[in-house]
Amino acid sequence: MTTAELSGVSERRANYGRLVASEAFLRRRAITGNVIGVLLFLAAALSVLITAGIVFVLLQESILFFRQVSILDFLTDTEWTPVFENPRFGIITLVSGTLMTTLIGLAVAVPAGTILSIYLSEFARHRTREIIKPILELLAGVPTVAFGYFALFFLTPIFQTFIPNLSGFNLLVPGIVIGIMILPYIVSVAEDAMRAVPDSLREGAFALGFTRYQTAVRVVIPGAFSGVTAAYLLGMSRAVGETMVVAIAAGQQAKIALNPLEGAATITAYIVQISLGDLPHNSLAYLTIFVAGLTLFLMTLVFNLIAFWLRKKYREIY
Amino acid sequence: MDASIPTKPADAHIDGPVRAHVVNLSFYYGEKQALFDVSFPIHDRKATALIGPSGCGKSTLLRALNRMHDLYPGNRYEGEVILYPEQINIVSPEVDPMLVRLKIGMVFQKPNPFPKPIYDNVAAGLWVRGIRKKSIVDERVEQALKQAALWDEVKDRLRTSAYGLSGGQQQRLCIARALAPDPEMLLLDEPTSALDPIATARIEELMAELAPSVTIVIVTHNMQQAARISSYTAFMHIGCMVEFDKTTTIFTTPKESRTQDYITGRFG
Ligand SMILES: Nc1ncnc2c1ncn2[C@@H]1O[C@H](COP(=O)(O)OP(=O)(O)OP(=O)(O)O)[C@@H](O)[C@H]1O
Ligand SMILES: [Mg+2]
Repeated sequence: MTTAELSGVSERRANYGRLVASEAFLRRRAITGNVIGVLLFLAAALSVLITAGIVFVLLQESILFFRQVSILDFLTDTEWTPVFENPRFGIITLVSGTLMTTLIGLAVAVPAGTILSIYLSEFARHRTREIIKPILELLAGVPTVAFGYFALFFLTPIFQTFIPNLSGFNLLVPGIVIGIMILPYIVSVAEDAMRAVPDSLREGAFALGFTRYQTAVRVVIPGAFSGVTAAYLLGMSRAVGETMVVAIAAGQQAKIALNPLEGAATITAYIVQISLGDLPHNSLAYLTIFVAGLTLFLMTLVFNLIAFWLRKKYREIY
Repeated sequence: MDASIPTKPADAHIDGPVRAHVVNLSFYYGEKQALFDVSFPIHDRKATALIGPSGCGKSTLLRALNRMHDLYPGNRYEGEVILYPEQINIVSPEVDPMLVRLKIGMVFQKPNPFPKPIYDNVAAGLWVRGIRKKSIVDERVEQALKQAALWDEVKDRLRTSAYGLSGGQQQRLCIARALAPDPEMLLLDEPTSALDPIATARIEELMAELAPSVTIVIVTHNMQQAARISSYTAFMHIGCMVEFDKTTTIFTTPKESRTQDYITGRFG
């Protein structure tokens, strides 16, 4: 409220009735409202500024990189050897590694997450839910480095006993472990969305003779569509950005990843690897950290845009 | 199960074929008893109105008739609701609530269409009964929408979301959805309480048209509505059935003073 409006208060005093304590009360209320509004705006602005700052740095360094390497080579070359005598910069190698582990992770987490969310929101009794949810949250709290060594030293040897040609470093096991890691996020968001579907819709379905299962699949999931999609895409973003598991258990060899049984570097694993080395800060190889980062950012951005579009298209109004 | 038609006080009021018989029905929300020994007949292809002050148990009774209470843990029925001609006690734990709901349709107080196209909403009850042949489904959907007086308004937008309809249209869609599978009985819980007078009038007309072909039990707070569309009226008070009779009798010469007081607006 502006001061002009506030001064109007005294003239219209009668209209407020007798139950307004005082004009000073109204003024204080307006001031508190304004202060809180400004604080909220600053918080929102800060997060936008930080994102903008990151994008700015990524873009700035990437432009330097693309002064020396053509975008066409970057997109089409099939090798990635930035520190070699004759450096090659084919980003498809790293992107394919990232996509492979992400897809394997999603292949694990989407079905398991969907089933688990349906179970928790539609079938589980209150007690069961109160036991399973904290366990899942615990899973989300395990340090990723622990998951990395779990993949490398525990799961890979087990998998090797029945997949004999599985390499020590491979994409399959880290992919599966990523799936386990993103499961809690998918379940948490998807289950919330399903539980937000009003009971009146479920009752409508049951009244027609639907079973619990049919109600879940035909009414609850369509009703929670945008939330469930958001859950998948959140999981996907996390899978794309997951670093430690792949850095530890997928190997660091950059090549086009076609065979999940062999190791390959992902974008994130490459960034870790190169950042830990001691490259001169203005070398071309150093700049690849930023182009790789930019690529990762763009991939996540595309997924988020798809999520945004889907939510808009299928926004539920009860 | 007892095959003979039970003889209960309510029998005095039977004057035509009966579709169901509520006999000494009690109902408990956990520890809390909400219905006490309720007995009354539901006449075949007639509308029966349930009236009574707020909180007296009308919705509770209606929702017992299609086992809606089974969805929530801790609820318990006692007594019988015998459905004819099958002569099954539909509130018995041995009877599968899913099968009861396949026979008895329900329309709720607040329209609750599914987040799907109009067509899919109406077809849902057919789908769940295994009726999936397109020509039959098309025909039933059209017929149900016509019965619900909605066909002309939606026939060009059957594939659009049900959420694009107005509240009154959504409620008629829910009625069409309940009618499409041709239920043996239709339960309606204050179906017009969220609607404006015009939409209400349309739905009342619809009830009057349906009454000769469908058995209807309708909860209403509106005395005129009960008088206009029902043949029988049951008056409830604090979980008990106070009086059941022909609607004309209830509204002209009720036997109980509580009924008299309620319909003349002296309490409730
Ligand atoms: N889920 C529930 N758990 C416990 N008690 C309930 C529950 N639902 C209703 N009741 C109680 O049961 C009694 C009957 O409620 P009911 O909803 O059947 O009344 P009603 O006649 O439909 O009222 P209204 O006209 O306001 O809709 C009330 O005392 C109510 O508080
Ligand atoms: Mg009610």
